[in-house]
Amino acid sequence: MIAVIDYGVGNLFSLCRSLEAIGQQPVVTGDPALLRQADKLFLPGVGAFADAAAKLRQTGLDRVIQEEAAAGKPLMGICLGMQLLFEESHEFGTWKGLGLIPGKVVPMEGVIPADYKIPHIGWNALHFPGGVRHPLLASVEEGDCVYFVHSYYATDCAPAVIATTEYGAQLTAAVARGNVMGCQFHPEKSGDVGLAILKTFCEGSW
Amino acid sequence: MITKRIIPCLDVKDGRVVKGVNFEGLHDVNSPIELAEYYTKSGADELVFYDITASAEGRGLFTDILRQTASRVFIPLTVGGGINTLEDFDRVLKCGADKVSVNSGAIRNPDLIRQAALRYGSQCVVLSADVKRVEGQFRVFARGGRDDTGMEAIGWIKHCVDLGAGEVVVNSIDTDGVKGGFDLEMLSAVCNAVKVPVIASGGAGKVQDFVDLFQALPGVDAGLAASVFHFGEIAIPHLKNTLRDHGIPVR
Repeated sequence: MIAVIDYGVGNLFSLCRSLEAIGQQPVVTGDPALLRQADKLFLPGVGAFADAAAKLRQTGLDRVIQEEAAAGKPLMGICLGMQLLFEESHEFGTWKGLGLIPGKVVPMEGVIPADYKIPHIGWNALHFPGGVRHPLLASVEEGDCVYFVHSYYATDCAPAVIATTEYGAQLTAAVARGNVMGCQFHPEKSGDVGLAILKTFCEGSW
Repeated sequence: MITKRIIPCLDVKDGRVVKGVNFEGLHDVNSPIELAEYYTKSGADELVFYDITASAEGRGLFTDILRQTASRVFIPLTVGGGINTLEDFDRVLKCGADKVSVNSGAIRNPDLIRQAALRYGSQCVVLSADVKRVEGQFRVFARGGRDDTGMEAIGWIKHCVDLGAGEVVVNSIDTDGVKGGFDLEMLSAVCNAVKVPVIASGGAGKVQDFVDLFQALPGVDAGLAASVFHFGEIAIPHLKNTLRDHGIPVR
């Protein structure tokens, strides 16, 4: 069973429909017992890091996610859900994340040239660092485009980076550390390329 | 490198796609769900659904169609038309919209933009502005381009971005339906005024119009059109190949 973690942040409609489109029957839940039973977990999220991190803490789901990840359960964070996997974020202050992947989340502003618009919105190409393709991206060709919407990005996380995208700088696009994975882009909004990544995660052994 | 987006717009009334010429003379074209799937397969980067239904029944039909489309099409969907309150945002976001575009609703109550951006994030809030030249000035029009608000358009658009709009669709009433190319002068003025993505609308008649748009105005992020796509005058794969041949990055 695939569970989509419901902690009151963001719109889960598209993620669930996209999982159904690849033959899964996702369960949307914030119930720790169900999350512990699930085979794989999705951590979605849009909005502000501080709010999302606070909700995970208030609901106690931060501990559940950390324990399940430590026990080897495959976990995929999407967009803000990926950012929450890191140790901390510098979005309007400094906030603690789940600490499942070493690194931090920082603003693009001041890093990318001033004539680049923020947020980074639109379809951008994926590149594999060192030309090495991680199994999560087995279906992806170098240069395939996916859909991004974000103003902050993950950095100081080089060992975990499995894809980058060029937007005035090489920005972290996807990460993996053992059974914990994440996409900065929205695979559920990235057409066939995105659906194939979801399928690889759902059907693979990690 | 971020790619330039090509966005077909589907005007939906009573469950059917329609397209007006200069906002008048509506005419049935096709099923919105089938058309959305067709465009997605053709390489559309995003879809816009405009709800031009007036009745409550029509509105329910629209959200049904939206829900079905968002269950089959996995690219960004923007929904506009009849968005006047936060409840309207909620209604369409729950049915699978990723972004919501506000036009007359923001003219009546600009604070709607601020409230929606606070609740859903700026990336969710698109300002759509219908703009027409009146006495040498760019003016904002309301109610589907029928009413001159008397407001100067560039200042209005800047104000909405300051309130939290994360993208701007600029629809030139002067070039809409004429098929003589996008309104480069108007779009240039908007690009110089705001730092959020700008989507050009109104005037596309042929592939070269998109080439001219992106070559002349690097600040424009996307081109939106309806009838040239609906009537098959421009095929999206051909459009994208031509843009690529001109060195314009596309997916």
